[in-house]
Amino acid sequence: MSGVLRQAVAVTGMSLAALPQRLGTAAVAVIGIGGVVAVLVAVLSISEGFRAALALSGQEDVAIVLRGGSSDELASGLPLAAVRYLADSPGIVQGPEGPLVSPELYVIVDLPMRSTGTKANVPLRGVGPQAFGIRRDFRIVEGRPFTRGLNEVIVGRGAASQFAGLEVGEPVMFGRTPWLVTGIFEDGGSVSESEIWTDATVLQGAYNRGSSFQSVRLRLPGPGEVGALERHIAADPRFNLTVRTEREFLESQSRVLVTIVRTLGVLIALLMGIGAVFAALNTMYSAVASRTREIATLRALGFGATPVVASVLFEALLLGLLGGAVGGALAYVGFNGAQASTLNFQSFSQVAFAFTVTPSLLLTGLGYAMILGLVGGLLPALRAARMPVTAGLREL
Amino acid sequence: MWRFAPLVFSNLRRRPARTGFTLGSIVIAFLMFGLLGALGHAFSAGAEIAGVDRLLTIHKVSLVQPLPESYGARIRRVDGVVAVSSATWFGGVYQDERNQIPVFPVDPAVYLDIYPELIVPADARERFLADRRGALVGRPLAQEFGWKVGDVVPMRSNIWRKEDGSATWELVVSGIFDVPQTGGDARNILMHHAYFSESLARGKGLVGWYVVRLKDPEDAARVARAIDEQFANSPFETETSTEKAFTQGFVNQVGNIGAILTGVLSAVFFTMLLVTANTMAQSVRERTAELGVLKTLGFTGRGVTALVLAESVVLTAAGGLVGLVLAWFVVGAAEPALRGYLPVWTIPPQAYAQAAGLMLLLGLLAGAVPALHALRLPVVEALRRA
Repeated sequence: MSGVLRQAVAVTGMSLAALPQRLGTAAVAVIGIGGVVAVLVAVLSISEGFRAALALSGQEDVAIVLRGGSSDELASGLPLAAVRYLADSPGIVQGPEGPLVSPELYVIVDLPMRSTGTKANVPLRGVGPQAFGIRRDFRIVEGRPFTRGLNEVIVGRGAASQFAGLEVGEPVMFGRTPWLVTGIFEDGGSVSESEIWTDATVLQGAYNRGSSFQSVRLRLPGPGEVGALERHIAADPRFNLTVRTEREFLESQSRVLVTIVRTLGVLIALLMGIGAVFAALNTMYSAVASRTREIATLRALGFGATPVVASVLFEALLLGLLGGAVGGALAYVGFNGAQASTLNFQSFSQVAFAFTVTPSLLLTGLGYAMILGLVGGLLPALRAARMPVTAGLREL
Repeated sequence: MWRFAPLVFSNLRRRPARTGFTLGSIVIAFLMFGLLGALGHAFSAGAEIAGVDRLLTIHKVSLVQPLPESYGARIRRVDGVVAVSSATWFGGVYQDERNQIPVFPVDPAVYLDIYPELIVPADARERFLADRRGALVGRPLAQEFGWKVGDVVPMRSNIWRKEDGSATWELVVSGIFDVPQTGGDARNILMHHAYFSESLARGKGLVGWYVVRLKDPEDAARVARAIDEQFANSPFETETSTEKAFTQGFVNQVGNIGAILTGVLSAVFFTMLLVTANTMAQSVRERTAELGVLKTLGFTGRGVTALVLAESVVLTAAGGLVGLVLAWFVVGAAEPALRGYLPVWTIPPQAYAQAAGLMLLLGLLAGAVPALHALRLPVVEALRRA
């Protein structure tokens, strides 16, 4: 066995030493596989970024309460009585100014996108005074918070970067009403950063909502501890409410889009992969062809077939790996962190996100590249092994 | 000219494996070109098939904000308007939360007049207009849930509530409608606005938006302005645009699909160009001596160059044609599954012309370097390589 291994190492060393002579062909295989990996990683980084902005930003110890049967905030509606009843529930963390409960309103306003100038659905959220205590990562990065009771708004960092006309200190028109932009906020990269926030009671007045709300956010004593809250809700038949953790809610909101992008990305990568395998096959066949005499000589000297197969496969694998590294690096440099926004059909509003090239995506790309290399090397390797020694020696 | 064709083909047959693999990657590239072309077309076509003689009037703040029912009659009176129907987003759910169904309460007779391209059998139309609980169901939905004419479908709304606290409207299937071959959205249900609003707990007297049919499409800008001016400074200001502009705006909201698809295709074709160029370079390098012989026999430098380029173009054209035919088959095979979700699903005609141009361009580019090599090759030098 060790003999075979030693032979394999020797033959592989020889074939790699000859690689510079076939630089052109080898480069084609590397770039071909690199292109596939770059596209795969870039497309999947869209769904990763979208997931990071939505699903992964949801907190486990924050709950969101909607009307029973509503799958999103836009379709939900809660009367004031239900909100008051909720605020009295056990199983909610108490802050210095009472329970950490924020009754919220969720409406949509049209604002022009910076990229195209056409209008897009931007969420305008009215929040209660406790909203900032519930969201731990919230902080104002520019300007000041809005004043309660006034037509003032603060803008999420993502929204400020994607939509035009949201400058601190400048008014923005929603319909006939001017609102003053007083600040820009961050919230740990969450979907809130795609939103515009104002005082819920001001928004109720501006949108003829009376005293009703659409959702309630509240802080739970621990991750996923909704039991006490659910019992409290079930106790009063007047209210038909559903409770979910924020994480669970936002995950359900992102499911459709993430699935679509992933499916498309994988299909494109599979098709392109077939094309790249052809390129790899070409490279490896010509590598074997150019070594015909050398291989035949080795076989005549007593080298086995296995080391020859191993050397071809190893070279193919190496080219694949190289391609994967090039493609991954290309996708990372070209796309990681790029800002974009899209319409999430499930919430009917824009979500700003950043292309996110995660380490696991890069590993996926490398793995795929090695598979492509191996598949491309397999047939040429077998041909090299099966080559009759006498015919090989007679070749040019 | 054509007598050299056998020479070109025999050169391609010299290394069948290499030619085959190169062809394979060209086929894949053009297959992707066709498929991604169909996908891009599906996104942009919504705007192209939108009626030129239709306007949409929505609340100025957002489509989600409602408008008063009374606006319908006032829009109708604007000069240049032929018909007006309201429409509302019902937010339909059938049986399970996952079965989200687009249901639109509309003004039945007027709505069908505004959308004459919808294919509705005469008896279905009659039943729909006569029964206030009647509903016209797009064919993909009818097939998905096995609904037949006369079926009673309990449709729950995830937005609206009735006075009695329930959220379910019973719809009677009056008929199944289709959209024309050129495309359109068939995955929805039309119901009577009157039936929808009569039992509403909240939101009575409000509608989602208006669709307006124009007498003259050329007049769109003026009529749109006239409608919006009428409601300026009211609590419900409007924004009117052509259906085309509205649809385009909506597509833009999804993101720059075109740029993403172009990016992917550029990567594909760049790779393919390299593969083909490499094949050509290899094959010409191997034949250096033969090229020398050809030149000795009296072939001009230009003639040899043309031979090399022809070989390269034949390769890309053959691969391109096979790829496009494959794409055409795949698009056809996927049509039943996608019909309901995309307004159109075909390879746009202009894509074929673009593909033909790409085949020629890629063939010439891939053959350029070896062809130049062949052109400049000194005969003596070439013969010495033998």
